[in-house]
Amino acid sequence: MVAEASAPLLRLDNCTMRFGGLTAVSELTLEIRERELIGLIGPNGAGKTTVFNLITGVYCPTAGTIKFAGETISGMESHQITRRGIARTFQNTRLFPSLTVFDNVRVGLQLHSHSGLAEALWRSARFYHEEEKIEKEALELLEIFNLGRFRHSMARGLPYGDQRRLEIVRALATRPKLLLLDEPAAGMNPTEKSELMKLVQFIQEKFGISILLVEHDMQVVMGICQRVAVLDYGIKIAEDTPAKIRSDPKVCEAYLGEPAQQ
Amino acid sequence: MIRLPPKVLLLLGIVACFLLSFAAHSRFLNAYYLDIILGIGINIILAVSLNLINGYTGQFSLGHAGFMAVGAYTAASVTTFWGPAFLRAFGTAKTGGVPVLFLIALCAGGLLAALVGIAVGVPSLRLKGDYLAIVTLGFGEIIRVIFQNIEAVGPSRGMKGIATYTTFFWTYSWVAITIFTVLSLVHSTYGRGFLAVHDDEVAASAMGINTTRYKVTAFIVGAFFAGIAGGLYAHLKTFIAPAGFDFMMSIEIVTIVILGGMGNTPGVIAAAVLLTLLPQGLRVLAGLQIGGHSLRWVAELRMIIYALLIILIMLTRPQGLFSVHGLKPRQAPG
Repeated sequence: MVAEASAPLLRLDNCTMRFGGLTAVSELTLEIRERELIGLIGPNGAGKTTVFNLITGVYCPTAGTIKFAGETISGMESHQITRRGIARTFQNTRLFPSLTVFDNVRVGLQLHSHSGLAEALWRSARFYHEEEKIEKEALELLEIFNLGRFRHSMARGLPYGDQRRLEIVRALATRPKLLLLDEPAAGMNPTEKSELMKLVQFIQEKFGISILLVEHDMQVVMGICQRVAVLDYGIKIAEDTPAKIRSDPKVCEAYLGEPAQQ
Repeated sequence: MIRLPPKVLLLLGIVACFLLSFAAHSRFLNAYYLDIILGIGINIILAVSLNLINGYTGQFSLGHAGFMAVGAYTAASVTTFWGPAFLRAFGTAKTGGVPVLFLIALCAGGLLAALVGIAVGVPSLRLKGDYLAIVTLGFGEIIRVIFQNIEAVGPSRGMKGIATYTTFFWTYSWVAITIFTVLSLVHSTYGRGFLAVHDDEVAASAMGINTTRYKVTAFIVGAFFAGIAGGLYAHLKTFIAPAGFDFMMSIEIVTIVILGGMGNTPGVIAAAVLLTLLPQGLRVLAGLQIGGHSLRWVAELRMIIYALLIILIMLTRPQGLFSVHGLKPRQAPG
């Protein structure tokens, strides 16, 4: 099969993360191919966010390696990993509150600018040309997600739903190959959730990128993901299509407990 | 409206300083007022440069007086120990020897202070908030103690008889360069990184920003200008002593930044003017007599008034006295 033949974009190989005596993630192996939308689910404390922090370099795995586009990224710092094409959002939105909406996106685009300190001071024609390009791209991104009208507002002043969307826009501004979304549906009502599902699918099609979705909400994950991996106590207990995951007894057990003895 | 590029504005600013310098050093302005005006300029350089570290980048430093001391002692040493030989070789004021010597001395002071900025910045990067403040405070004290123990610079008695090279032109040209540098940096896509580090380091890092690099850069640029201010100060007062660069000096600069508003350059400039004039105003007040009672005690209360000011501002206007930031109403959509 073609999909099998192509090398995975991201590959976690037997990754383990221990915090003292606690093993948050245990020998996890996970692959994400290009243009794939994968869900990572599991009960509270299963280690989902830890997996995110491993991929994005917030933690360095205790054992195992992480490869992205053929390059080992475990052990790199967050900003180096972002430069290679992995962007993320956070479970609790972490925008830059004292910057405007526009500037939040501009910070994301900053890594594609060739102007450093010297250029910022000297300001040659090239500097202005580049600033203009960045400005244009930032505004285009904001327009795609209907946030253009807020561009001069402070990020902290946006309504909650818009803040979450802005965080996704900011992540996209780094021009990622892989986007990690950490519980994007947290705190949303059913209408907002169905809008979010459309948005995630739209992003995947429009930008042609892979997405790893960590989510608590089964409806969201089952609705849009091509593959779902289930974590429980840091161990991957299942990985399959949404339909098969739904009927997997081990998954039901992890979420609802063992069936009663009859 | 035509907007001039910043570097053209800087050039115009320096030309204006050059022209104004003739007026400032004529007989129309007495030496006392000139001294205050130059003092204001030096405080602006100190506060605007500290604002890059404490305000825009959010790294609370209490070591600015230390960087200033490095610049002051370096520049004074250059002009005192090496100056005479230089002037003999290249001529004096009339042939342009003095300005060249002074520029070399100031830049040497600034660069050495910047080097020390790296030395402080790199190890303190793992620290945040209070811890960073304590480390920078300790560093400032170490610098002071080092100068107190170098025989050549007159240990705790201080260095006397430094040449009076600091003029209106030198001071305010450097004021212009400092403001230009900080504003140009901050108002660029590159410079938004400083504010991103200030707001949320984890998120900044996730956006591909090398937070370490930005923090060290802020320390280097801030320290460089503190060093320049130190050199100007030494050649204005003609006397420097370690006691003048103690912890209270750092606190004074921090007070200016807080008063003006963290990350608000015009506010910080206004606060620098206000707080440099404050002791002079108090001095005038202390000379007055009301109903036969002398108000001499007022002059003694300068530091208490400082402290009260900080408390009052923190309670009523935590965003700074001159800051509109945060009060600005949200723009209507559309």
